Amino acid sequence: MSTTILGASLAEQPRRRASLLRRMRRYPLPTIGALLLILLVASALGAPWIATHDPFEMNVVDRLQPPNADYWFGTDAYGRDMFSRTLHGGRVSLVIGIAVAVASTIIGLVIGVIAGYFRLADAILMRIMDGLMAIPGILLAIALMSLTRASVWVVVVAITIPEIPRVVRLVRAVVLTVREQIYIEAATAIGTGFPRLMLKHILPNTLAPLIVQATYIAASAVLVESYLSFLGVGTPPEVPSWGNIIAEGRLYVQIAFWNILFPSVFLGLMVLSINILGDGLRDMLDPRLARRL
Amino acid sequence: MWSYAIRRILATIPVLCVVAIIVFLLLRLSPGDPAAIIAGDNATVDDIAMIRAQLGLDRPLLQQFVFWLGQLLSGDFGNSIYLARPVIGLIMERVEPTLALSVTTMAFAMLLAIPMGVLAAWRAGSWVDQTIMALSVLAFSVPVFLIGYGLVIGFSLTLDLLPVQGFVSLSDDPLQFLRHLVLPTIALGLVYSALLARITRATMLETLNEDFIRTARAKGLAEPRVLLLHALKNASVPIVTTIGTGLALLIGGVVVTESVFAIPGIGRLTIEAVLQRDYPVIQGVILVIAAVYVFVNLAIDLAYPLLDPRIRF
Amino acid sequence: MKRIIQIAALFLAFIAPGVVQAQDRATTLRVVVHANLQILDPVWTTAFITNRHGYLIYDTLYGMNSRFEPQPQMAEGHEVLEDGLLYRIRLREGLRFHDGSPVRAQDAVASLRRWMTRDAMGQRMGSVTSGIEAVDERTFEIRLRERWGLVIETLGKASNPAFIMPERIANTPSSTQVTETIGSGPFIFVRDEWRPGNRVVYRRNPDYVPRAEPADYMSGGKRPLMERIEWLYIPDQNTALAALNAGEIDYYEAPPLDFITSLERNRNVRIVNIDTLGTQGLIRPNHLSPPFNDPRARQALAHLVRQEDYMRVVVGNPRLYQRFCGAFFQCGSANDTAVGSEPYQQPNIERARELLREAGYNGERIVVMQPTDRPQYNAATAVLIQSLRRAGVNVDVQAMDWSTLLSRRANRSPPDQGGYHLFITTHGGPDTAAPVSNTWFNSRCERANPGWACDMELDGMVAEWARESDPAARRPILERIHRRAWETLPYIPFGQYTQPIAVRSNVHGIVAAGLPVYWNIEKR
Repeated sequence: MSTTILGASLAEQPRRRASLLRRMRRYPLPTIGALLLILLVASALGAPWIATHDPFEMNVVDRLQPPNADYWFGTDAYGRDMFSRTLHGGRVSLVIGIAVAVASTIIGLVIGVIAGYFRLADAILMRIMDGLMAIPGILLAIALMSLTRASVWVVVVAITIPEIPRVVRLVRAVVLTVREQIYIEAATAIGTGFPRLMLKHILPNTLAPLIVQATYIAASAVLVESYLSFLGVGTPPEVPSWGNIIAEGRLYVQIAFWNILFPSVFLGLMVLSINILGDGLRDMLDPRLARRL
Repeated sequence: MWSYAIRRILATIPVLCVVAIIVFLLLRLSPGDPAAIIAGDNATVDDIAMIRAQLGLDRPLLQQFVFWLGQLLSGDFGNSIYLARPVIGLIMERVEPTLALSVTTMAFAMLLAIPMGVLAAWRAGSWVDQTIMALSVLAFSVPVFLIGYGLVIGFSLTLDLLPVQGFVSLSDDPLQFLRHLVLPTIALGLVYSALLARITRATMLETLNEDFIRTARAKGLAEPRVLLLHALKNASVPIVTTIGTGLALLIGGVVVTESVFAIPGIGRLTIEAVLQRDYPVIQGVILVIAAVYVFVNLAIDLAYPLLDPRIRF
Repeated sequence: MKRIIQIAALFLAFIAPGVVQAQDRATTLRVVVHANLQILDPVWTTAFITNRHGYLIYDTLYGMNSRFEPQPQMAEGHEVLEDGLLYRIRLREGLRFHDGSPVRAQDAVASLRRWMTRDAMGQRMGSVTSGIEAVDERTFEIRLRERWGLVIETLGKASNPAFIMPERIANTPSSTQVTETIGSGPFIFVRDEWRPGNRVVYRRNPDYVPRAEPADYMSGGKRPLMERIEWLYIPDQNTALAALNAGEIDYYEAPPLDFITSLERNRNVRIVNIDTLGTQGLIRPNHLSPPFNDPRARQALAHLVRQEDYMRVVVGNPRLYQRFCGAFFQCGSANDTAVGSEPYQQPNIERARELLREAGYNGERIVVMQPTDRPQYNAATAVLIQSLRRAGVNVDVQAMDWSTLLSRRANRSPPDQGGYHLFITTHGGPDTAAPVSNTWFNSRCERANPGWACDMELDGMVAEWARESDPAARRPILERIHRRAWETLPYIPFGQYTQPIAVRSNVHGIVAAGLPVYWNIEKR
């Protein structure tokens, strides 16, 4: 028996690969998104090798140079190479986006499911979430930023905490709707345990909106980081992120547009690619939609 | 229903207390000293110490907290450290611009985003859908302050149509009031619409796949009727939830937008207070915003049964 | 069709700027100021913005002219009696406060007494003064314990000066903030329209009697010509620039220096230099903590500074700075000298390394505070960090907002327990230009500004300079002070630059008074 299963799965292998290719053809947009994201991630990871200059090296004689053969993206107000800074900035922004999305989704999912399912926990947890959400995220982040020394990880924590309640509310709203649906009531009646219930019914139902939300969070985390930098409380100037490169460059937008153009384009492309990818994943993962196609 | 509502309203009290404690501790534990700022750019250490003592900032934390709580219970938010004026008055002075901007932004976003989202879901996969989604993604891929500068350069400096900055009270000059709000509303509203359009589309897509929609279509109902009466109504719970929770995003965006367009609202008041550690002002503003927030979301929770009869309390 | 015309008309009405506003715009000056005015008492705080507010609503007994000689302003004149130990000062006739009451000698006496307990120069004068008394309604006397050459200079100092308030207000203890805004200056504070964080409004004082002399720096006739002055606080530089270009504001107090060239190209905008002395940037080491408690480590710091690098980043426009300024007391001032600065005109990294080693520095972490919300300071700090790293210093950059920095810099603890090693700030104006009034130069150990420069010998020389009132006799003392200062380095100057203002081209009559003042300005 075990050999037949093994044989079956082995036999399925090539077909799966073929179906992936077919899927890529069927969903050209998510594929483009994924490729773009891979490119951006690669450029960020490869920054130390791709970059043409030291991103911290100041050549004050060459400050605010427009793009040229030596400085492909021009230089900033300190005479630092924008190309190298933009690549390096991607590393930090990517880390912030991914870390915030993963952390807030996981924490939010757990709290949301518990709150949506157990009425007693709901009362307590949702009040705390309400309290946390009631403090505007940026203000909470600013307060957290001034609490300790500025660093990338403080930025991650500061952006994650205000995001959690939003995930919780979304998950809980879906769980509430799903819970009342007849098939859940039936499943409870038969005596299915909570973990199975979650795995079989609630999780698949929350997954689609959660992916949309997680992509949104990753994108928004990168943006919120730029807002914090804009207000002067973001990633420390020592660490170039797209957010603080734009925030520093915005002072010079009228005389040196390249200071914000390139990091903005990169930031925009990244947000764009994550979102396209997320939408695509959602379409592929949603079982009902998949069935119909 | 009523007993649930009353229970929920009572439950907001501990929430606000929790907010008050978090905010107080968070701020007082953070470094930075209002006395140093008041004393000025060339002050000596003795000057600073004298001012600190005068403001009562050298007293134990617990004593300061109890004092502040006592004030709060008698409805007094205390005085600003810098201006020696009641916090409530300062907030009232700044409410109008923020409220105006929030309302216009909300209206702009809903009018723009919900039809777009429904349209995109209805024609899912078509070029209409892809255009709308591409635009929405673009709108929230760009930081609010960049959209703001872009609008200023385009509409104010190049075309000379609208003012660059500032705010005029509705009671002073309704026309100028609107003119000053156009650019900030668009800058802030685009981001908010993008979020709303995406959520509308996502939930509509989900609902449109439900059996009852297929049944409705099979019955031969007109498509607008199916879309608006059946699908949108059923998709409204997540959409309304997003509008409510999006309020936090809105307030965050307001802080930045008010900075870009020099609008003297609550956002600017708060960021200035935070940067100079004007504790009573920060505490007051955050408590007021928290209260507004809690009540708006309470209202949304209570509205669920109206939107979706399957939900009961 | 009719409908279309209606809509078009509505749209035009919407986008056409208000016609009514144009009327008062001719008599209103709209100014973007550098900070948010919050404290109204210019004696209680040293904040620059409050000082400027003071010059609008208050008047001073004396004012500096452009050669930095004190000239009578509210005073009619004075006599020096009893071999320099008694100053008898007589007030001008017809001076009135904003509430209509006349300015009396008693008001001046009470104001001086309050001010002398707070201001650093005032305190120095207080230490040699035995009494200030009114003789009659228009005359008062200052009696000294010993001869002191700077009485009139002190009364006429430009920043944090002795503003004259009514006696009942000036009797407020100096530790308590004055909240009333009654002065005798050329403009009146309009409290009803004050919106902190947004707008401050002043109106013309119709009863102000200006002096007959032409305005010159802070002296001469202060003629209020605008009906209304509106101070707007717009913290975002791009927005303020756009508002100036669009003509929504008339006067931009501190346009970003990198934009001066592009503003000059705009025909509707004019750049005016009112700051004849300039602003000095400074690196402040913490004199309490090793290695910078050792003068050799501070000399190493000075050897790392290439002023031009700082100026390029902070200022940008080469017309607004000099390549090297070796003066502690401002290049171009009466006390300008570069004696002692010779070794530091070019950076010398090797020498810096050597000196650091001699001072016992061995790779310990050096805490540099970097203020992220002050672009100019942020930029200068970035240059400092890079130059330290080039010399092999182990730099611990601590980014924080300005408010945190202000409180942190007052912390005397060792750097690893909440203290620090280095920060950057700027100062300027006539105060910087003299050894007694330059507050960051003050080397009186724990009584000095944060950083606690400590060199009592240097302080002794400064006191000697202050006792001498003959300019020729002062010069050699000044040079001794300067040579000593470049050895013990209370701070390290990183350059001197000017911050011009930008106005719409219809704004005329701007007085170059070192800081923005609003008398004599008119719109044509």
